[in-house]
Amino acid sequence: MTDIVDRTGETEQIDSIVIRFAGDSGDGMQLTGDRFTSASAVFGNDLSTLPDYPAEIRAPAGTVNGVSSFQVHISDHDITTPGDAPTVLIAMNPAALKADLGRLSPGGTVILNIDTFDERNLEKAEYTSNPLEDGTLTGFKVIEVPMTSLTKDAAAPLGVKPRDADRSKNFFALGLVSFMYSRPIEATLDWIDERFAKNDLVRQSNRAAFMAGYHYGETTEEFGHRYIVKPAHLPPGEYTNITGNVALAWGLVAAAHLAKLPLTLGSYPITPASDILHELSKHKNFGVRTVQAEDEIAAAALAVGASFAGHLGITTTSGPGVALKSEATSLAVSLEVPFLLVDIQRGGPSTGLPTKTEAADLNIAMFGRHGEAPLPIVASYSPAHCFFAAIEAARIALKYRTPVILLSDGYLANGSEPWKLPDVDTLPDISVPFATEHNHVNADGSTEFWPYLRDPDTLARPWAIPGTPGMMHRVGGIEKQDGTGNINYSPANHEKMVHLRAAKVARIADDYAPTAVHGDADADVCVLGWGSTWAAIDAAVQRTRRRGQKVAWVHLMHLNPLPNDLGTILQGFRKVIVPELNLGQLCRIVRAEYLVDATAVTKVQGMPFTALEIEDAIERAQEELS
Amino acid sequence: MTDTSVRLTTKKDWASDQEVRWCPGCGDYGILQAVQFLMPELGVAPENTVFVSGIGCSSRFPYYMNTYGVHGIHGRAPAIATGVAVARPDLDVWVITGDGDALSIGGNHFIHALRRNVNLTILMFNNRIYGLTKGQYSPTSEVGKVTKSTPMGSIDPPFNPLAVALGAEASFVARTHDLDRKHMIETFRAAHDHRGASFVEIFQNCNVFNDGAFDEVTGREHRPANLIDLKHGEPIRFGPDRERGVVMGSDGQLRIVDVAEVGEDAILVHDAHRVDPSLAFALARLSTDDHSPTPFGVFRSVERPDYGTEVGAQLAGAAAKKGPGDLSSLLRSNGTWQVTEQM
Repeated sequence: MTDIVDRTGETEQIDSIVIRFAGDSGDGMQLTGDRFTSASAVFGNDLSTLPDYPAEIRAPAGTVNGVSSFQVHISDHDITTPGDAPTVLIAMNPAALKADLGRLSPGGTVILNIDTFDERNLEKAEYTSNPLEDGTLTGFKVIEVPMTSLTKDAAAPLGVKPRDADRSKNFFALGLVSFMYSRPIEATLDWIDERFAKNDLVRQSNRAAFMAGYHYGETTEEFGHRYIVKPAHLPPGEYTNITGNVALAWGLVAAAHLAKLPLTLGSYPITPASDILHELSKHKNFGVRTVQAEDEIAAAALAVGASFAGHLGITTTSGPGVALKSEATSLAVSLEVPFLLVDIQRGGPSTGLPTKTEAADLNIAMFGRHGEAPLPIVASYSPAHCFFAAIEAARIALKYRTPVILLSDGYLANGSEPWKLPDVDTLPDISVPFATEHNHVNADGSTEFWPYLRDPDTLARPWAIPGTPGMMHRVGGIEKQDGTGNINYSPANHEKMVHLRAAKVARIADDYAPTAVHGDADADVCVLGWGSTWAAIDAAVQRTRRRGQKVAWVHLMHLNPLPNDLGTILQGFRKVIVPELNLGQLCRIVRAEYLVDATAVTKVQGMPFTALEIEDAIERAQEELS
Repeated sequence: MTDTSVRLTTKKDWASDQEVRWCPGCGDYGILQAVQFLMPELGVAPENTVFVSGIGCSSRFPYYMNTYGVHGIHGRAPAIATGVAVARPDLDVWVITGDGDALSIGGNHFIHALRRNVNLTILMFNNRIYGLTKGQYSPTSEVGKVTKSTPMGSIDPPFNPLAVALGAEASFVARTHDLDRKHMIETFRAAHDHRGASFVEIFQNCNVFNDGAFDEVTGREHRPANLIDLKHGEPIRFGPDRERGVVMGSDGQLRIVDVAEVGEDAILVHDAHRVDPSLAFALARLSTDDHSPTPFGVFRSVERPDYGTEVGAQLAGAAAKKGPGDLSSLLRSNGTWQVTEQM
C-alpha cells in the first residue's frame, strides 16, 4: 500500500496510506480523524473513512471498551474502502494500543502518547506487562511522543490550566500527523478559529497544541522525512466531502424539491440514524418540517398522516425502531399513500451493536409486516450514493403511492468520501399530479370520486388531498372495495386487492435501467452485492482482474422488486457468490426466485468486509469450479 | 388549493353515503348526529375538514362523515392527526377515539398530542368497556368489573380521563354525554373553536356490553341530583332547586354542600380560564364513581401557542433569515474544492 513512487529531498511520495486514530472516548478521536479527512479532501486526495466508536457515551476512561477510533484511507487514485489494515496507528493511551494494534499491517508505524503509559493506565487496559518492553511491538516502527506534557507546555503561556490543556492533546496529534503527511494547515487553523470562537481560551489552546504538534514533527529527528500522498486523479469537477447520513438528508431535501412538495419528517432519536433528523432540522428554510415524535410508532404514523395531507412524509430509524414502524408501514400499504421509511441498519437483534454496522434488516424490510404487504426496497451503496438513493426511493413512493423502505447502514452513515457534485438542474422531475376531478360516472350520469380507481399503467390510485373540493373520501386499514374504496369484506374482493397491491409493486421494475454487469461478462463467477459491500467488492474485483482472473459483478440498488433481467443474468454464470453483512438474506431470496446456485459470503462482526475477504471468496469460488 | 370562502352547508352535506353500522341503540348514533348538526354552524367546508380515528367501535366514525377521513390504527389517531395538522395548519382536524384507544394502546400519543397542543379536536367516547372485541374491561372500567377477561373482577384501578388530560397540560378539557344533544353540540363547538388541542370526554352508553354504565348520572331522572353543569364565571350549583353547591375547604379540598348552610357567597365560582390547572383537576376528581354528583361542561380552556402555528413560524423565521432554500447552495454548504484536468 505504501509503495514508494518517488523520492524528492526529504519528502517521500506514497500513493496511499491508511491511518487509524485511536484513543479514549473522551479524547476527541472522531474530531481529529474528521479534520484530517477534511484537510486531505481539500488537498485533493481520494479518501474513505471508517469511524468506529463504542455504544457508551463515556465508557470507563482508559479501558479497552472505551476506545474510540477513526480510520481514514487517503490516496492519489480512486479508492472505495477505508483500507483493510492501517499502516499508521496513533494510540493515545495503552487501551487504544491494545484495542487496535492487531489491525495494524506488518511493519506499520505506531505513534504513542507515551505520557499515558504509566502503571495505572496499563492496568486499566489489562496489560499484565508493559507492551513497550515485552516485545509486543516487535516488527513495528514505534514512535514515542510525550503528547500530554508537550500540549500542557504549549498551552501554559496562555494561562490554560494543565487539566484543561489536557483536552487539547488530540490537536497535538493532529498537528503531528498533518506534518508527517504534508497536509495543508490553514484550513484546520481556520476551522479551529470558527469552531471554538465562543471560547477564546479553548480556541487558543487548541491552536497552540496543533502548532506544537506540527513543529514537533518538523524539529525532531524522529521524523527525518515526511510523506506526501499526491492528489488523486479524480474526474474534473467541484467536490465536497460527504458522509452517508448528510448525503441522505440532502437527498430527501432534494427529493421534496424535485417533487414540488413540502417534506414532513417524523423521527425518534436512535443511533446511527439521528444525524438525519439533526441535518433535516437545519433546513427549515426549504419548508422542511421535522417533528421529534414521542416514539418510533408516532414518528411513522405522523409521516403517514402528513402524506395523506399532501406532503412527502418520511420517517427515519435504525435497529429496533424498524420493528416499531411495521404497523404504520402496513397501514401505508393499505392506504396506498407515498411514505418513506429510512433504515440505517446496525448490528442486531434488539439493541445489538448500536454503533456498529450490519446489513441484516433486508428480511424485515422484505417480510416484516402482517398480511400480504409487499413494498419496494431501495438500498444505497456508498456515502454519496445515499443522495441519489433517497431521490429514487421518493420517486417510487410518489409515482406508485406506496411506502418505500430505503436501506443504508452505519458504515455508510458515518463514513465519508469525496463527492463530485451533480448539476442540480439535471436531477429528475419526480412530481406527480394530485387528483382534483371526479373519475367515475354513475348510471344516472352523476359523477363521483373513487379513491381506489387505479391508473391502468402503474396501478397507482389517485392522490386527492384534503382541501380539494368535491374529492372528500375516507381511507383506512380495513379492506376496501376495489374502485370505490368503501369497506368491503367479500372474499373475492380481498383476493383481488391483495393481488392488485402485489402487482403494483411488481410493475415498479419496469422503470429500471438494464442491470449493469461490471467486470467480465463471460466469467464463471459473478459477485452479487447490495448496499455498502460495494466498496470492498469493487476493490476485490479490481484486484482479481489485475491478477488476470475473470470475474463479474452485479450490484443491486433495487432489492424489491428485483430487476426483471436479474434472473437471466445470474443464470448465465456457473457460480454466484453473495457477500452480505448478515447470514445470507439476499442469497436466500435469489436462490428462491431464480433457482441459481448462489452461495452466501457472510460477515457479522459489526465491521464492513475488507477487500481481501471478498478477493479470497472469489478465489475460493473459482477453485471450486476448476 | 384550499377554498377559503365558506359556502353554506346543511347537515346532509356532512353525512356520507355509507350505511351506519353501529349496534341498534348505541350511544354513538347520538354523538354522530350532534356532530353532523354542529358542522354546518362552524363556518368550515367539508373539504377542509379531516376526521382521523384509531380502532374500536367509535373509530368507524370517519366513514360516516362526508369529509376527508383516515381510519387509522389502534391508538395512533393522535399521531396520524398530528402529521395532518403539522403539514396542513389550514385544515380542521378532528380525532375520534375511545377509552381503550386513547388511554390504553394509544396513551402515549394521546398525552403528547395534548402536551404539544396540536390543533386537534379530540372526542373520546368513554363507555368503560371494549366493545369491538366483545366485552373486555377497559382502562376506565371500575375496579371489580366482571368481564370476559376479568371473570373474578378487574383489579386494575381506572384512569380518570380528564385528570390524565390535565396532567398532560391539555389547554382545553371538557365532558359531555350522549343523551344530551344540545350539551354535546355546545361542548363540541367550544372545543372546535379553541385553538390548540381540545379534549372532550363523552360518557357514551354501550348498550350491548356495558349498558347503563352512566345512568345514575346522565339518566333523565338522575340529572338534577347528579349532573353538575359547569359554566364559566358562575357559582357551581346543582340540584333540582340548585340547592347544592361546591365549596373549597381551607385544606384545598372540594366539597359538596347545601347552599343554605354555607351561604351563596361561599360557593366556588367556576373559572375555566385559570392558567393554574389545579381547580380543573379538583373538579375532574370531584366524583370517583358513576353514581354521585359529576361535573360536565368545560373544565379548562386556556390560551397556549398551538404546535402547527409554532412549526410554521419557525419555517417562516428560517426562510426570512436564510432566504428560501437553494439546492445548489445546500450541496456546497460544507465547503468544496475543484479538481481540474491538470491534476
